[in-house]
Amino acid sequence: MTDWHQRESYSYDRNVIAEIRRAANTGIYRIRGWGAKRELPTLDDLVLLGASMSRYPLEGYREACGTDLTIGAETAENPISLDIPITIAGMSFGSLSANAKEALGRGANAAGTSTTTGDGGMTPEERTHSATLVYQYLPSRYGMNPDDLRKADAIEVVVGQGAKPGGGGMLMGQKITERVGEMRDLPVGIDQRSACRHPDWTGPDDLAIKIIELREIVDWKVPVYVKVGAARPYYDTALAVKAGADAVVVDGMQGGTAATQDVFIEHVGIPTIAAIPEAVRALKDLGVHRGRVKLIAAGGIRSGADVAKALALGADATSIGTAALIAIGDNDPAYDDEYRQLGSAAGVWEDFQAGTDPAGITTQDPTLSSRLDPVIGGRRLANYLQVLTLETQTLARACGKSHVTNLEPEDLAALTVEAAAMAKVPLAGTSWIPGET
Amino acid sequence: MTVFDMAEVSLRELNQALHDATDGEFEVVNPRGAHAVASGIDSEISVTIDGPVGYYCAGMHQRGSVQVNGNASAGLAENIMSGTVRITGSATMSAGATGHGGLVVIEGNAGARCGISMKGVDIVVGGNVGHMTAFMAQSGNLVVLGDAGADLGDSLYEANLFIRGSVESLGADCVEKELRPEHIETLRQLLAAAGMDADPTDFTRYGSARTLYNFHIDDIDAELAGGAS
Ligand SMILES: Cc1cc2nc3c(=O)[nH]c(=O)nc-3n(C[C@H](O)[C@H](O)[C@H](O)COP(=O)(O)O)c2cc1C
Repeated sequence: MTDWHQRESYSYDRNVIAEIRRAANTGIYRIRGWGAKRELPTLDDLVLLGASMSRYPLEGYREACGTDLTIGAETAENPISLDIPITIAGMSFGSLSANAKEALGRGANAAGTSTTTGDGGMTPEERTHSATLVYQYLPSRYGMNPDDLRKADAIEVVVGQGAKPGGGGMLMGQKITERVGEMRDLPVGIDQRSACRHPDWTGPDDLAIKIIELREIVDWKVPVYVKVGAARPYYDTALAVKAGADAVVVDGMQGGTAATQDVFIEHVGIPTIAAIPEAVRALKDLGVHRGRVKLIAAGGIRSGADVAKALALGADATSIGTAALIAIGDNDPAYDDEYRQLGSAAGVWEDFQAGTDPAGITTQDPTLSSRLDPVIGGRRLANYLQVLTLETQTLARACGKSHVTNLEPEDLAALTVEAAAMAKVPLAGTSWIPGET
Repeated sequence: MTVFDMAEVSLRELNQALHDATDGEFEVVNPRGAHAVASGIDSEISVTIDGPVGYYCAGMHQRGSVQVNGNASAGLAENIMSGTVRITGSATMSAGATGHGGLVVIEGNAGARCGISMKGVDIVVGGNVGHMTAFMAQSGNLVVLGDAGADLGDSLYEANLFIRGSVESLGADCVEKELRPEHIETLRQLLAAAGMDADPTDFTRYGSARTLYNFHIDDIDAELAGGAS
C-alpha cells in the first residue's frame, strides 16, 4: 500500500512523464513503427452467434466451407484469384529486408494468397518470390516504373494508410542505403519524408481519370484497388467505387507502419471495427456489396476470429501486416538480450524505423538481415495463414456457412455498448443497436 | 503514316494499337480533350496528336516520341522514363510529374506543380511556370525561359532548376546557386534538344540548400553527461 502523497497520477502517469522528458531532451516528435498501442475498441468486442436450435451448423471437418475470392472479374482480363480471405499488406523493400520480403512471398504462395509491394517500388526478387503480387501506386512514386506496373497482378492506388490517414511515408536515414537510395532516387542517409498527396491528381474525379490511365497502360489486364486509411470510410469507399476501383482496402487506425509519428499512430483515424460497417454501407448504397467491388479490411487482424468477424461485418477479405511480420520472426524471444540492449524487449519492440531489428526483418543491415532464413520464415507464415484460415472456417461452419463470405452481421453480437454502436450489431442478449433500434 | 481519328476510334483501340506497334509513325486527329491519349508507349514509334488532349497524355512514356499540336491538361508525360514528349501549346498542372528520364518540351506555359517530384527527367518550358513548380523535385533539370510562380522548388532534393525570368518566391529550402560551366553546358544541350533559342548565361540556377535532408535532433542529456566526464 503506497502513501497517499506518493500515489500515481492518472493524467501524468510514468509514460506521460517519460515522453515529456524525451521531447524536452530531443526537440523532435517520437517516430516509431508498429501500430496504435493504446486500448482501442477491437473486434474482440464482438462475438459470433454459433448455430443452435434456430440455425443449422455445418460439420467441422466434413462439410465444405469455401474460402476463395475473385477480384476484378468484371473489368480485368486477368482477375485476381485468392484461395484464402487473408492477403499480405503492402510493406516496402526498404522498410523490410530482402529476406523478409522473400519470406512473405514464399508464405503467401504456399497459402494461395497475394503479397503487396510498398513505398519504394518492386524488386526483381520480390516479383520472383510472389506468385500473386499487388503493385502499390503511391504519392511518392518512388521506384515507380511502367515495366513493373505491367508485371503486377493488380495495382493498388494508395490514398492513405490506417496508421496515418493524411500523412506521407517516412524512412529514416539509417535505412536509406545505397540500394534503397538508388531505387527511390534519393541521397543516401537522408530522412525520407514522402509526399502525402498524389502529385498529378487531387480529388475523386481526377482519380477516376487516373484509374483509366493505369488501366490503359496495362491494357485492362489487371484489377485496380484503392487503399484508404479509415477516417471517413463511408465517403472514401463511395468515392473509390465511383472512381472505378475493383477493390477498396480500408485500413483501420490500429494498422501497422514502418515509421510514423507516434502522435499520428495513436490519434488519427478510427478503429477497424468502426470502419468496416461504414465501408459496407457505402458499397450497399451503391449496389456493389459482395458484387463488383470487393472490400478488404485491414488494421489489427490477428486471428481467425478477427477474420471471421471482419467478414461477418461485410468485408470480402482481410489484409495483415504486423501479424505477418511476427509470424516470420519479429519480436522473437530468442533475441531478447539484443532487444534489451536496444532499450526494449522481445514482445514490446516497436522500432521498425530504426533499422536495428535483431530479427533481421525491418532492417537493411546485411548482417542482421542474414539472420532471417526466408525459407523457414515462409514456412512459418504459411502455417500461420493456415491457422487463420482453419479458424475462420471453424467459426463460419459453426454459424452454418458453406462459404466464409456468407457470414453476415446477423451472426454477430456486441459485448459493449460502444462496439454495438460502432459495428451496428445488437448488444449481446438484447436487440438494441444504439442509434438504430 | 497511320492515322487514327478519335471521332471514330475509341481510346482503347488507339492505345492498344500504339502498344502493339513496334515502329512507325502515327497521327491522331480529333483527340477532343480525351484523357490518357498515347499513354504507356514503350516502343520506338512516333506519334503526332493534332488538337487538345486531356489528362495524362503520354503518361509513363518509355520510348519513342509524342508531339501534341495543341494544349494538354494535367499530368502531361507524368512519370516519363525516357524518349521525348513535346507540346506546342500550354500544359496545366503537374506536367512531367515524377518523370524518371527523357525530355519533356512545353513550348507554351506550364501550370502549377510542373516537374513535381521529378526523378531524373529534363523539362524545358518556353513560357512561364505556375506555383509550386518542382515541388520535392529529386533529380533532373528544369529549364524555364519565362517566369516562375510562387514557392519554386519547395522541399527540393538534387534537381537543378534554371529560370531565365523572374521568380515570384522560392519555396522552403530552395536557394539560388552558382551557374558553373558544367551547368551552362547542360543548359546549352537542353536548349538545343528542345529547339529553343536562348543564351544559357541568361539563366539563374536554383537548387537545394539541403537543410531539410535530416531531422535535427537535440540531445541535452548527452551534452551534459559529456561535459561532466
Ligand atoms: C513494416 C511496415 C511497412 C509498411 N509499409 C507500407 C507501405 O509501404 N504502404 C502502405 O500502404 N502501407 C504500409 N504499411 C501498412 C500495411 O500495408 C497495412 O495497412 C497494415 O500493416 C495493416 O495493419 P496490421 O499491421 O495491424 O495488420 C506498412 C506496415 C508495416 C508494419
